[in-house]
Amino acid sequence: MKFLHLIGSNLRRKKTRTVLTLLSIVVAFVLFGFLSAIKQALTGGVVMEGANRLIVRHKVSIIQMLPENYKMRMERIPGVAAVTHQTWFGGVYQDPKNFFMQNPVVPGEFLDMHPEMLLPAEQRQAWLATRTGAVVGRSTADRFHWKIGDKVPIRSTIWGQKNGNFTWEFDIVGIYDGKEKNTDTTPLFFRYDYFDEARRGGTGTVGWYTIRVNDPGQAAEIGKLVDAEFENSAAETKTEPEGAFIQAWAKQVGDIALITASILSAVFFTILLVTGNTISQSVRERTGELGMLKAIGFTNTLVMSLVLAESCLLAVLGGVTGLAIAWLVTSRGDPTGGLLPLFYMPYRDLLVGVLFSVALGIVTGFFPALQAMRLQVAEALRKI
Amino acid sequence: MAGPRNWLSQVVAVTQFGILSLPQRRGSAAAATFGIAGVVAVLVGVLSVAEGFRQAMNASGSPDTALVLRGGADSEMVSGFTRDSTRIIANAPGVASGPAGPAASAELFVIINLPKLSTGSDVNVPLRGVERPALGVRDDLRIVEGRMFEWGKDEVIVGRGAAREFAGLKVGDQIKVGRYNWPVVGIFEAGGGAAESEIWSDAAVLQAAYHRGDSFQSVYVRLQSVDAFGRFKDSVTADPRLNAQVYRQTDYYAEHSTAVTKLVTTLGYLIASLMAVGAVFGALNTMYSSVSARGREIATLRALGFGSTAVVVSVMLESVALAVLGGTLGALISFVAFNGFHTATMNWQSFSQVTFALAVTPPLLVQGVVLATLIGCVGGLLPALRAARLPIAASLREL
Repeated sequence: MKFLHLIGSNLRRKKTRTVLTLLSIVVAFVLFGFLSAIKQALTGGVVMEGANRLIVRHKVSIIQMLPENYKMRMERIPGVAAVTHQTWFGGVYQDPKNFFMQNPVVPGEFLDMHPEMLLPAEQRQAWLATRTGAVVGRSTADRFHWKIGDKVPIRSTIWGQKNGNFTWEFDIVGIYDGKEKNTDTTPLFFRYDYFDEARRGGTGTVGWYTIRVNDPGQAAEIGKLVDAEFENSAAETKTEPEGAFIQAWAKQVGDIALITASILSAVFFTILLVTGNTISQSVRERTGELGMLKAIGFTNTLVMSLVLAESCLLAVLGGVTGLAIAWLVTSRGDPTGGLLPLFYMPYRDLLVGVLFSVALGIVTGFFPALQAMRLQVAEALRKI
Repeated sequence: MAGPRNWLSQVVAVTQFGILSLPQRRGSAAAATFGIAGVVAVLVGVLSVAEGFRQAMNASGSPDTALVLRGGADSEMVSGFTRDSTRIIANAPGVASGPAGPAASAELFVIINLPKLSTGSDVNVPLRGVERPALGVRDDLRIVEGRMFEWGKDEVIVGRGAAREFAGLKVGDQIKVGRYNWPVVGIFEAGGGAAESEIWSDAAVLQAAYHRGDSFQSVYVRLQSVDAFGRFKDSVTADPRLNAQVYRQTDYYAEHSTAVTKLVTTLGYLIASLMAVGAVFGALNTMYSSVSARGREIATLRALGFGSTAVVVSVMLESVALAVLGGTLGALISFVAFNGFHTATMNWQSFSQVTFALAVTPPLLVQGVVLATLIGCVGGLLPALRAARLPIAASLREL
């Protein structure tokens, strides 16, 4: 600790340079924070709550519907604890740019299946009692300033009513929050019975099923049983874990995420190069001083540690500041206005970032430190 | 008062000093240059994704073709027409006539799941059922391998992009649609447009496989001329028997590309501007060390009567020269690495994959070099001012 003063005065030696170096490290780590938030947004909340949930969809593609009576047949399969379904409604609120998902579901069994959606008990009761009722996630409710009791008209791009009208009206009876940060609170859910009775065409068919299994360890086998049950029927199924299903959606965007990530890592590397160079430059300039320290009895190891401590201090200071800024900015949410609902920085990446900054300090300080350690006293003093 | 010629020769002289002493500072100069190269490479690289996607979508239609969808439908996926409606549309005024009746093709548009080769996971590949006039409507379509499918037969042809990006779409392969297996008999090109991401079959065959009865989802028509669009649109939208909306094909695809291009462009600029800030710090460092290393030379020149503006300009010139060098390097790197790189992504409006090639265009390269120049200017200005303000006497005393 007694050397802290020495390290500090070394850093203050050329204030402009120290500040500039610090700032470029800060920028690199702000970038790192953004990168992790973008990656999070593109790969979605892959760490799903339900390792015990499976998604069953039509084998050819998700746009093909499955019969509603599959539910009963699935419930009879051993190991299946619960079954519920959703259907893609494809609605537009006011402007096609206001995209969010709206799906008809069976309220009770749907909420039981998704405990990560937190809906107050009285709102749940209200939903069960209101045929045209709908519940909406907090972020969409905030976005359009919807309150409980509002009537919202949503025009479906797919489903017309029997009267030929494509605009459906729902009563907002509840607003749900997410239990975890990666719970998507943009969708709106409304009642399937209302939907099925009023829709023109497609009666008795649903989009996809969610199954909860008793034992997550058995999920793969149960998935095979489900697919076997409907083999050679008019609507064959494909069953996969919910996590894989959502990840597959992210992979539809696919290569772009990969390209962005790899380009960004390349540049993270370049900014580090700039910083590393500055640190080693500052050590070179101090050759004489380091020689003096050795001459008055500082050991090789101590001189090396001093240089390393200096670069690590700089890197960690910059890294932590950068991560903090990135954290503050990304916690304000999606910068694109609705295209990336899950834009945030996971804690895991915060930790990785701190480790990175330590690594940066060691890597950038290593060669200058080695140089300082090997310094011959006589030669170094000649430079003064 | 020095004349402009004299001033210019002063600038040249000081700049020369700077450039000649560069090798002594090659470490920091190289770091700044590579830093700027990285910024430019990333900016151009990310924007080339958006540009490539936009180009593929723009190549997907010509202004004298139109697309008709059901009123309220924002994509083919959710649209629907009966055969009667498609007949009325085909016979509307403004539609060009083909060898056998009007140049209008009523089509089906569905998706099937196929594994993407690059990731191995299932993606939504568009499968389109077309009628005979389709080839007259899209006159840039040509078969590059195998042959056209036979009408009425369970056969498909595959766009070149789809064949490259998704598994099991080579000539001789079979795709499984429900209980049917359809052989791939040919590969086609369509001017690099979105159709190259699709699989095509006879609409009648697809109707049967998907239990669609005698219904379609969209009608593609070739117009008599570019100007016939208004006439065609008015007559279709005014017809009380129809509930339809009409798009010029170019507008339709342009609209569909905005979501993806906006997302990618926003992210690209966000990242690039952050990095640019980092690069400015790198450039500032380099130029400050350049100025302090040459303190004595600059002071000597000033003592000899060189003007301070000449010093400012020359330091700026050095900084900008390094930045432009870095920018050009970055632009070249991104051109070599990204231009023409084939990939595919999700078009959220049509709910299906679009294959495209990244496009590093001259405007993007220029944009990259301009950014580099800006970084150079900002990074050079403060050090230049410091150089000009160096106290001459004090600096000379260090001699």
